[in-house]
Amino acid sequence: MAENQKILVCAGTGCASSGALPIIDILKEEIKRQGLEETVTIVGTGCQGFCEKGPTIVIEPQHVLYTRVQGEDIAEIVASDVMKGERVERLLLLDTETQKPVTKMSDIRFFAKQHRIVLKNCGVIDPQRIQDYTARDGYKALEKVLKEMKPNEVIEEVKKSGLRGRGGAGFPTGLKWSFCQQTPSDKKYIICNADEGDPGAFMDRSVLEGDPHSVIEGMLIGAFAMGVDEGYVYCRAEYPLAIKHLSIAIKQAEEAGFLGDNILNSGFNFRLKVFAGAGAFVCGEETALMASIEGKRGMPRVRPPFPAVSGLWGKPTNINNVETWSNIPHIIRHGAEWYAQFGTEKSKGTKIFALTGKVNNTGLVEVPMGTTLREIIFDIGGGIQNGKAFKAVQIGGPSGGCLPENMLDLSVDYETLTNAGAMVGSGGLVIMDETTCMVDIARFFVNFSQKESCGKCTPCREGNKRMYDILDKITKGEGKIEDLDTLENLALTIKETSLCGLGQNAPNPVLATLKYFRHEFEAHILEHKCPAHVCSALLSYAIDADKCKKCGLCAKNCPANCIKGDKNTPYVINQDECIKCGTCLDKCKFGAVTRS
Amino acid sequence: MEWFTLTIDGREVSVPKGTTVLEACRMHDISIPTLCHDPELTSAGACRLCIVQIEGMRNLPPSCVTQVAQGMAVQTQNSKVRAARKTILELLVANHPLDCMTCQRMGNCSLAQYAYEYGVTGTLYQGERRNLSVDEGNPFILRDPNKCILCGKCIRACDEIQGRSVLDFSFRGFDTQVGPAFNLPYHESDCVFCGSCVSVCPVGALTEKKMAGKGRPWDVTKVQTTCPFCGTGCNFDLNVKDGKVIGVTSNPNAPVNGKALCVKGRFGMDMIYSQNRLTTPLIRKEGVLVPAEWDEALDLVAKKFREIKDNYGANALAALSSAHCTNEENYLMQKFMRAVIGTNNIDHCARVCHAPTVAGLAVSFGSGASTNSFNEIPDAKVMFVIGANPTEAHPVVGTKMKQALAKGAKLIVADPRKIELAEGSDLWLRLRPGTDVALINGIMNIILANGWEDRSFIEKRTEGFEKFRENLENYPPEIVSQLTGVPVEQLIEAARIYATAERAMIFYTLGITEHTTGTDNVMSLANLAMLTGNVGKTYSGVNPLRGQNNVQGSCDMGALPGDYPGYQKVVNPEVQKKFEEAWGVALSPNVGLMLPDMFPAAINKDLHAMYIMGEDPVVTDADANHVRRGLESLDFLVVQDIFMSETAKMADVVLPGASFAEKTGTFTNAERRIQMVNQAIQPISNAKTDGEILCELANRMGYPFSYNSSAEIMREVARLTPLYGGVTHERLGTQGLQWPVPTLEHPGSKVLHQETFSRGKGIFMAISYQEANELPDEQYPFLLSTGRKLSHYNVFTQNSEALDSYSPEELAEINPLDAERLGVEDGERVKVTSRRGELETKIQITDRVPSGIVFMTFHYMETPTNVLTNGASDKVSKTYEYKTCGVNLTKIG
Repeated sequence: MAENQKILVCAGTGCASSGALPIIDILKEEIKRQGLEETVTIVGTGCQGFCEKGPTIVIEPQHVLYTRVQGEDIAEIVASDVMKGERVERLLLLDTETQKPVTKMSDIRFFAKQHRIVLKNCGVIDPQRIQDYTARDGYKALEKVLKEMKPNEVIEEVKKSGLRGRGGAGFPTGLKWSFCQQTPSDKKYIICNADEGDPGAFMDRSVLEGDPHSVIEGMLIGAFAMGVDEGYVYCRAEYPLAIKHLSIAIKQAEEAGFLGDNILNSGFNFRLKVFAGAGAFVCGEETALMASIEGKRGMPRVRPPFPAVSGLWGKPTNINNVETWSNIPHIIRHGAEWYAQFGTEKSKGTKIFALTGKVNNTGLVEVPMGTTLREIIFDIGGGIQNGKAFKAVQIGGPSGGCLPENMLDLSVDYETLTNAGAMVGSGGLVIMDETTCMVDIARFFVNFSQKESCGKCTPCREGNKRMYDILDKITKGEGKIEDLDTLENLALTIKETSLCGLGQNAPNPVLATLKYFRHEFEAHILEHKCPAHVCSALLSYAIDADKCKKCGLCAKNCPANCIKGDKNTPYVINQDECIKCGTCLDKCKFGAVTRS
Repeated sequence: MEWFTLTIDGREVSVPKGTTVLEACRMHDISIPTLCHDPELTSAGACRLCIVQIEGMRNLPPSCVTQVAQGMAVQTQNSKVRAARKTILELLVANHPLDCMTCQRMGNCSLAQYAYEYGVTGTLYQGERRNLSVDEGNPFILRDPNKCILCGKCIRACDEIQGRSVLDFSFRGFDTQVGPAFNLPYHESDCVFCGSCVSVCPVGALTEKKMAGKGRPWDVTKVQTTCPFCGTGCNFDLNVKDGKVIGVTSNPNAPVNGKALCVKGRFGMDMIYSQNRLTTPLIRKEGVLVPAEWDEALDLVAKKFREIKDNYGANALAALSSAHCTNEENYLMQKFMRAVIGTNNIDHCARVCHAPTVAGLAVSFGSGASTNSFNEIPDAKVMFVIGANPTEAHPVVGTKMKQALAKGAKLIVADPRKIELAEGSDLWLRLRPGTDVALINGIMNIILANGWEDRSFIEKRTEGFEKFRENLENYPPEIVSQLTGVPVEQLIEAARIYATAERAMIFYTLGITEHTTGTDNVMSLANLAMLTGNVGKTYSGVNPLRGQNNVQGSCDMGALPGDYPGYQKVVNPEVQKKFEEAWGVALSPNVGLMLPDMFPAAINKDLHAMYIMGEDPVVTDADANHVRRGLESLDFLVVQDIFMSETAKMADVVLPGASFAEKTGTFTNAERRIQMVNQAIQPISNAKTDGEILCELANRMGYPFSYNSSAEIMREVARLTPLYGGVTHERLGTQGLQWPVPTLEHPGSKVLHQETFSRGKGIFMAISYQEANELPDEQYPFLLSTGRKLSHYNVFTQNSEALDSYSPEELAEINPLDAERLGVEDGERVKVTSRRGELETKIQITDRVPSGIVFMTFHYMETPTNVLTNGASDKVSKTYEYKTCGVNLTKIG
């Protein structure tokens, strides 16, 4: 038995919702029962990244990952692995190619191609213990800055690193800082934007949950550089665990003297508050976010003036998102050159993506900028579920675009993706397979944007609604071919005339799908067919009388009660009453039900 | 100033740095469509209709929020820009009811206009439309959210003009709406119905309810004129169709108020057509007032006036002129009494409101008028508001104060009541009623103790300091705190805020003047301003908010027993000679009766006839029963009014005058701005303008008043009145002039006493505190204080059906503790008695008043509050002590 083992149980929101929290209790019980309390430490960590396979636990130092662990597995894991060093094979992950269990975590393809900088501590440390953070060089960067650097040097270092805003727009961080630094004022603020609202995106949540001190340290360094003494973390209220961990971290940092007055005897003061947002997607836009903190309705305002000149309560303010702030301590600690070695010429460092959809390995991945989509989806993500064919990847959430198969070798960086009609965005990657209807997907994202439009500017408020109306019509088979021109013109006008990023980017999913999947739109309109068999209005179900065994299972399960037949007569679907739910197709054991 | 040169549609233009592209276009007559832009409001850049194409800029930037830059190349009309605008308009029209034929805004609708210009069909985008309920639960504003295009101007107007923020967006996306919190209807929200939202609405979402169906824009003539209510002097447009006023709309060029108005000015003009209007002369025959022809009535008045003058002398007649009438009419009235009758028995209601201002500031500064201008208020740094409730009594001044607060100004409020401004103040001094002198002396004592006074100003610009300083030694903070009930630390804070400010403005109204120490109170404020050098420059001064629309002007015109026009003294032989020469008659050298002295004089039979124009002293003067007895003792009473007032009911002859809408002339507001009143309609029915009536009477009495127009009367005023020396109707135009305007070339005076005071040096007066004449005692344990409320104006807005239906009855304010002690509930009727009279009123239980104080208005005929008030008056100006008297409250039944 190895000495001083650690059992890292993922307690991030993903694994917590698949049952990780009771497992920690059971594990503690079991370790106690076996008398291992002295040698085995149990750590509830933040997200380990492999959400699809949760709950996950890692045994260190063996570096073994067990997935989909249940309470009843614990005794065996402790008895075999912890006590005897024997792997519990049935809980190990199978390699996607060889289909053999992988014993060492770093050999798992999902992890092997990642390069974890921001996620370095995530899934490794207990985010509720500042000691765990400091034990892994936490707050060393702050110390370096306060003791050895001048504000300008810090900003220069960040500029040199090439770090760009990870919230989506990709504005050079150091340059942004210099604007705020150069605006004279008696009071300035910095804000961490943790209003992560894109469907399918959970990078920031995981960082806040799993490594909150890295964000605090990043903000401290920024505050020092820009001459700021007060900051806010604006976190959406739907992230209770992130708010909890962050609040604990702030308190511990205050107690440890990293926050407050005269930090590390440097004369530098900084206070940090957490502000819970109220659920509006648009509050991720920086001016709306500030309005929300000020107690106003979260609506974007026209820039200029930019926040660096007139931000929160009219004072110069710098806003960066969670991932951006979290990169800062690493840049300071290891130096700009080290950071700049990762990534492409214009997009430096790494980027975290939330990989979701029809991919085998859903979860959180951090890769160097410039990695190709194919590597992310197929090497790290393990390809498409159930052996289906890849159709598209939606990058950048509702502001991004869907890219088809022939663009999979694009390098993931700001310029390349924008040129292709998508964007890095905050880093959501939604993988779609052949069963995804691209018209429906466009409709889904436009519906999200039109509902979340703040209502201030006409093109976004009214235009997205009308785009939705047109797309909805097409999915119902009521579209006309000229609707596609109307849609495209409207999308371009919304892009060019909207006030904020929400409106300016909301048409991206429509434009990209129109560009790459126009044939699917045309099929809906001209042939009244949904090639992916998704749009229910365009589907019909029928029972092949020859194949029907008259078992009646379809009729029994039909929620609309519209299938009639008996032991002697093959079953028939009443097309007028059919709600096209597909239950009959799923239930029929003889393949008698067909969809067209 | 730095100028930028840019090209717009290929044309090179130069504009100052800081100009927006929209402004640059409009300066050069390049038309840009806008829906959410208004020059009075901050720019939101929301409707996106004003987009343009700018070389090198991403997307199509909105011109309203894009500042010009050197060398910028702007395209405003190319096909791309026009197509985008058309798309935006199509989107708006797709969600807008197309009931234009019945929409009140038809012909005035920006959306319709642009849709027409851009060829919008409204058929491009088909889909869901809003179906929300219409808010029609109030008498003033109709709100149809289905027509709203969400430009947000109403929201900004409510916030930035009115300072209330009642409106905001709610919900998101396509469901976005504008409205009060929780989607309440207007009448259940904090809305005060100023209607600023209506004035900026570009479509038919917000319209004037009473104008619905009354007229289309092309049928309507707009006549800019001056509001007949308070002394703020707002201008607006009377909307006239077929010789009838159908409503009021904002005039953005109004010099004082811009688009802002209050509920009375915007929605109260239906009073012009009140059933209560006098439409024909009336003569009392066998005890009853019966209709008569003008000739009969005027002959009778002339005959009786001549008889009484012949029998008892000219001083047996007296007149009350009117602060509601024009300057020209006031001038005629005083000339009528002085030149035609031969007496100085001429006074008017300034006596019962701001006479202490006229007297007090004349002593201290040499001029009894407000020192500064209203348009300074939004940029004021410190405001000290004492005995004034601007958000209700001078609403547009109140909004300007709130604008200043929004910009970070400091506000000190001294008032026994928790008025709206008190709630938004930095410091609220809840002093005991009538302790103003003690309070101000106490503050000045602290200023001196801390060395916060302006030594150089005191030395260079003032006199009488030493004696004044000695007197202040009697007012140390502890004693003042005991007298006033204001904690010492608040006194110190008030002194600090006011005195250490670079500039600070004082505002007051009748809470200062309507005391037996009214003149002392006013002079105390003058002392405070001089002590800190806060006079003679912008953003400072002593600013009495004059009560009525033309109370400043009627004083200016000499409707005062001791003053000819322009405060030229009756007792000055040179002045007498000047007017005798001008008017060609011998004039009385003796000061006439002041208003409160007229009633005892009538009872004593020293006064036999009165001519009352546009006043209702039976309702408005303190100790009303005493007033009634006085009027009953007269041999002959002539009342000239537009409504059948309580006083008119007592008259021997009633002459129907004309409302402000029916005449041309001028009003002078509380910042000395002389502004045009422009005739919009003919006098209704058989009424005549007050000026015409006066001319007819003078002619009949053998002293012809032969004026062809009110402009001609103003020329005579200007000739004889140095303050108005350069005033002509033509010069007044749409913006007016602030007196003094000594010559035709003089631009008017925004700030008084800049180099020297009108009297040379300002004089410090040593003033001692005296308590009020009547305070609560065992028999009358409550202190009654009176004032106005927002939705009414003095005693004649009950004639507006809209205002009366909104605010139909008196609601005496009493404190919850007192209500509990009396066992009365909110809305219950109680009996109020004083030494002089009694009445019944409904009550409102509120902590706006402290325990022991009852607050009532005097707006309601049915609740004539002044039967209760005390007739004791200020020793100098004879202004009644309306603000304090003892009353008892008893539960009924």
